[in-house]
Amino acid sequence: MKKQLLAFLATLLNSLRDLTPIIFVVAFFQLAVLQQPLPNLGGLLVGTLLVILGLTLFIRGLNLGLFPIGEAMAYAFARKGSVFWLLTFAFALGFGTTIAEPALIAVAEEAAKVAAEAGVITNIEAEREDYAWWLRLTVALSVGFAIIIGVLRILRGWPIHWLIIAGYVGVVIMTEFAPQEIIGIAYDSGGVTTSTITVPLVTALGVGLASSIRGRNPMTDGFGLIAFASLTPMIFVMAFGMIY
Amino acid sequence: MDLLGELLKTFFETLGDVLPIAGILFGFQFLVLRERIPNMKRVLLGFVYVLCGLALFLVGLEKALFPLGKVMAAQLTHPSFLIDYVGDVLEWDDYYWVYLFAAAIGFSTTIAEPSLIAVAMKARQVSGGAISIWGLRIAVAIGVAIGIALGTFRIITGTPLHYYIVTGYIMVIIQTIFAPRLIVALAYDSGGVTTSTVTVPLVTALGLGLASTVPGRSPLLDGFGLIAFASLFPIMSVMAYAQLSEWRARRDARANKEGD
Repeated sequence: MKKQLLAFLATLLNSLRDLTPIIFVVAFFQLAVLQQPLPNLGGLLVGTLLVILGLTLFIRGLNLGLFPIGEAMAYAFARKGSVFWLLTFAFALGFGTTIAEPALIAVAEEAAKVAAEAGVITNIEAEREDYAWWLRLTVALSVGFAIIIGVLRILRGWPIHWLIIAGYVGVVIMTEFAPQEIIGIAYDSGGVTTSTITVPLVTALGVGLASSIRGRNPMTDGFGLIAFASLTPMIFVMAFGMIY
Repeated sequence: MDLLGELLKTFFETLGDVLPIAGILFGFQFLVLRERIPNMKRVLLGFVYVLCGLALFLVGLEKALFPLGKVMAAQLTHPSFLIDYVGDVLEWDDYYWVYLFAAAIGFSTTIAEPSLIAVAMKARQVSGGAISIWGLRIAVAIGVAIGIALGTFRIITGTPLHYYIVTGYIMVIIQTIFAPRLIVALAYDSGGVTTSTVTVPLVTALGLGLASTVPGRSPLLDGFGLIAFASLFPIMSVMAYAQLSEWRARRDARANKEGD
């Protein structure tokens, strides 16, 4: 019990250290550059405390829950040896974690406003909601697809850079043809898809698979799933902008 | 009481995000794999920790960091602040506080990003300690800092986004040829992990603030793109970090040989 408490305190201190830069930056710009007092100091302190506590719990939970289950499932799929079920799982994980992602919902709503402004859709609520929903679906499909490709890559041992370069070429070609107003959203959608819960799970899955398949190196083959998940949405969203 | 209500609300929202994921995991585990999960109790406890941790984290950010950060982004990009410093006609180089703020906020939010901490922990474990947690995190944070500063420069000057991104891609491809094989996949990944809970809201506020105050920019069309910069530049900085470590290791090895 005492040992656990000490470990917890150590993580707490780490979290405090992780937050120091932000506190410093915010304080510097507020006090020295904008030359204004810090508003609502009490709320600020309580908030910072909550962030530190939250980060600490999250890191503990990562080690207890998310990493082990991601790896255990990767090993179990490797033992089972069914490529079909592994790929189905990969797709479900990519699609399921993306469709409800809050950051994506926010971006999709913004994008619907842009589309209405540009005259792609009529500027009424129902139309905008429709647009946002199809955009979210597109991004979720693209992430599901990305994790499938990424898992296949680990199974077959394809070198990652050829796939990424092919993806880049795809993005550049699509940029030529996609409508101007979708490009910014498309480029951003690559970054917002991968959430705080998805990243550790997908990373554990990749590393677990690469360590359980003979001839694969967890360092060169295990990483890379996130990279695909941030690349394919760009291409898919630009295609969406051309079709919709 | 207000705080408690907010905590509960965020807790249930986070639960809503976690449930589908847990559903997929446990669904496949029981229906397809049909295996017992080792240490089931610990795993469940871990999920509870993750859930509570994220909820606290989000409420805390919402209470402390986001309101202040967003107000600051708006104030720093506001012409009245800038004109105090320089004069009536704003050129791109009058926005230096904005660039500095962009870089500083990019760096510091990335250091606190939980998903980057997760990937860094995994990377150290897999590499047997060759990649240090802090080395990777700082390399990524420098990449995000450069990326976001350059992104604000793009919004201010109004140059097309894809010029920068395509140039970035070419850089990444060239670096891939020379970077140590082991780092390449991790470097590509670090582009995607940097932009989540902490970074996105602040960076978006900065982009929207700039796009709505710089003359001739529309917040709807020009406000986007900062996230894209923040996901591209860490790829380069992580590869550069690996190249630098390799170069230093080689130099030290050579120095040792000569010393013998």
